[in-house]
Amino acid sequence: MTSAAQTQTRQLEHYLGSFAEFSKRAVGHSLPWLRTLRENALERFCQVGFPTTRDEDWRFTNISAIAEMPFRFSSEPVRISTRDLDPWQMEAAACRLVFVNGHFSAELSTLPNLPAGVHVSSLAKQIAEKPAEIEHQLGAYLDTERDAFCALNTAFAEDGAYIHIARGVVLSEPIQLLFLSAAIGGPLMTHPRNLIVAEEESQAAIIEDYVSLNGSTAAALSNTVTELVARDNAVVSHYLIEREDARAFNVSTLRIQQGRSTNVASHSLLIGGAIVRNNVHPVLAGEGGECLINGLFIGNGRQHLDNYMYVEHAKPHCGSRQFYNGILDGHGHGVFHGRIIVHKDAQKTDAKQTNRNLLLSDNAQIDTKPQLEIYADDVKCTHGATIGQIEEGALFYLRSRGIDELSARKLLLLAFASECLDRMKEQPARAFAQELINDCLFEVSKRRDDAAPAQGTDHGRRWKEVG
Amino acid sequence: MSLLEIKNLRAEVDGHEILRGVNLIVNPGEVHSIMGPNGSGKSTLAQVLSRHETYNVTAGEVLFNGKDLLAMKPEEAACEGVFMAFQYPVEIPGIGNTYFLRSALNAIRKYRGQDEIDAMDFLPMFREKLKLLEMDEKLMNRSLNEGFSGGEKKRNEILQLAVLEPTLAILDETDSGLDIDALRIVASGVNAMRDANRSFIVVTHYQRLLNYIVPDFVHVLVEGRIVRSGGPKLALELEEKGYGAIDLAQSVAQA
Repeated sequence: MTSAAQTQTRQLEHYLGSFAEFSKRAVGHSLPWLRTLRENALERFCQVGFPTTRDEDWRFTNISAIAEMPFRFSSEPVRISTRDLDPWQMEAAACRLVFVNGHFSAELSTLPNLPAGVHVSSLAKQIAEKPAEIEHQLGAYLDTERDAFCALNTAFAEDGAYIHIARGVVLSEPIQLLFLSAAIGGPLMTHPRNLIVAEEESQAAIIEDYVSLNGSTAAALSNTVTELVARDNAVVSHYLIEREDARAFNVSTLRIQQGRSTNVASHSLLIGGAIVRNNVHPVLAGEGGECLINGLFIGNGRQHLDNYMYVEHAKPHCGSRQFYNGILDGHGHGVFHGRIIVHKDAQKTDAKQTNRNLLLSDNAQIDTKPQLEIYADDVKCTHGATIGQIEEGALFYLRSRGIDELSARKLLLLAFASECLDRMKEQPARAFAQELINDCLFEVSKRRDDAAPAQGTDHGRRWKEVG
Repeated sequence: MSLLEIKNLRAEVDGHEILRGVNLIVNPGEVHSIMGPNGSGKSTLAQVLSRHETYNVTAGEVLFNGKDLLAMKPEEAACEGVFMAFQYPVEIPGIGNTYFLRSALNAIRKYRGQDEIDAMDFLPMFREKLKLLEMDEKLMNRSLNEGFSGGEKKRNEILQLAVLEPTLAILDETDSGLDIDALRIVASGVNAMRDANRSFIVVTHYQRLLNYIVPDFVHVLVEGRIVRSGGPKLALELEEKGYGAIDLAQSVAQA
């Protein structure tokens, strides 16, 4: 047996052992359907193991650091007060569910009286109390065959958020789901699992927000799956905000199932984490559906931010729009992988994909890869990608009006980022994202100034060297 | 004291010497026009004065209000009172016109130790300047120069000049590409800004603009040197005889 195979076997044994222990005590372990779901998923994970860069879908993202790390699956209870959560407050949220290391915390959460027809609870509670309601939804659409992380999540699925918006109900304020990683004493792996069902003609916005506890001492991997079901005419916005610390790994999959004439938006903002993989997989499964996939990723240091889009058009007259902007500095590495599949019956599909990138340093890297698979004959599909730097002409223009170099750079980065912000329809969410981006870009600009060598007044050369 | 004093200025780009010893003195309130054929160094001179970093100054000195202009960054020159109206203003999507102008004004005020101006105080003043340039306020809600016509961009440059109130304004071929109506509006905007303390350097290829902005002095720049200086009539002479005649006169004078 080769050493690589040995390593892999040892890894699998670790996961098998953890699963054996988990499956005995997990919430819902006595439910046959859930048991089968988990066991099948684990089996699938064991068959395929973690992906490598030889897999086409993972060509640009090496996750061996994740595969080799001996993660634990549960942690000792972490003592957290509501004051610890202050830095992650979001104004104007309808409610806030807080998860610590993947588990719902009732005392940290804020669940005021929500409008009739809006049901928000932890998934664990739902499984324990009313499993029949979700039996035919949980795992119904997720593709565990294609993705090992999705399989692993499903095997260990136990807690997360369950959101149900009844027919015709409109919730105007967003629902915030705050996932707090607190890895203390060793690397920790969590598998948050969210299920969002928006019934016919309902409307809601959900924000998934990933943060690290200040004081974490080890790497945390959040391997999340969110299944979002939008029934006919539903309007749903989903936000993913990744702002964990520099040790964190975050793999998330958003699987969207869209009915007839639905309008779904997926917004993502990746500014934290060490290795981040953001999978968005919408299936336009009803006529006239619209899907917007909008994202901004800002990488610095040695961050690796991978965006993997897998957009399936299954029915006619649907539209999908992908817009991803990346800003990469330092040794930051970004990936945009946009795959559009137009199935045989999906005539009159209108699919568009745009990826724009700014590289701020010589060592920053972006891999961008469009992929169109079209099996229908009357469709419109376009894609485009650009890679550039801050335009010197624009920088000079701003400076020539009295704005200092640092502020000018920040203004231009903000302008680039604002393209993504402008697509966020929900004002509270947009304001929240704007603030995060402001702080983040301020950090990027500041670092540049610190790093720049002192060269007297020759700022022209300095600018070229650093940018 | 003169506002601007250029002494034996030499500058090159990529090893090509473009300015070969320019001398010029601009006193407060004066309007100087710099004319010359294509490639004579007119725009280079404007760019060096606004501290564009592409150009490498190899010799000479430039004093602005007695301070070493060549030691200043572009933003410092701007805060000290130098303004350039660009020949080709850039479009910057994502930055609103109004926001940009107020940021610029506040950067300059901050540099001078003045209080920042808030939106409430800014707006009435801004509206007045818009009227001067006959510009629609709706245009200002758009991104900086984005989708502006050539004429709108040039008017926007003069609008910025009117808001920022520099002591030295350099107009780099502001007339190029303008129809006669736009030219009149731009010129009246500039003329409204003329006063005893504000000076202008009007860089132009054609005499036409000088019918509307009447200069005190006209200088002819050829191959990186000012070869002739005179009053407004010099511009008319150039229009009639062309730059070729000047060139010839210069070579005769040197011989």
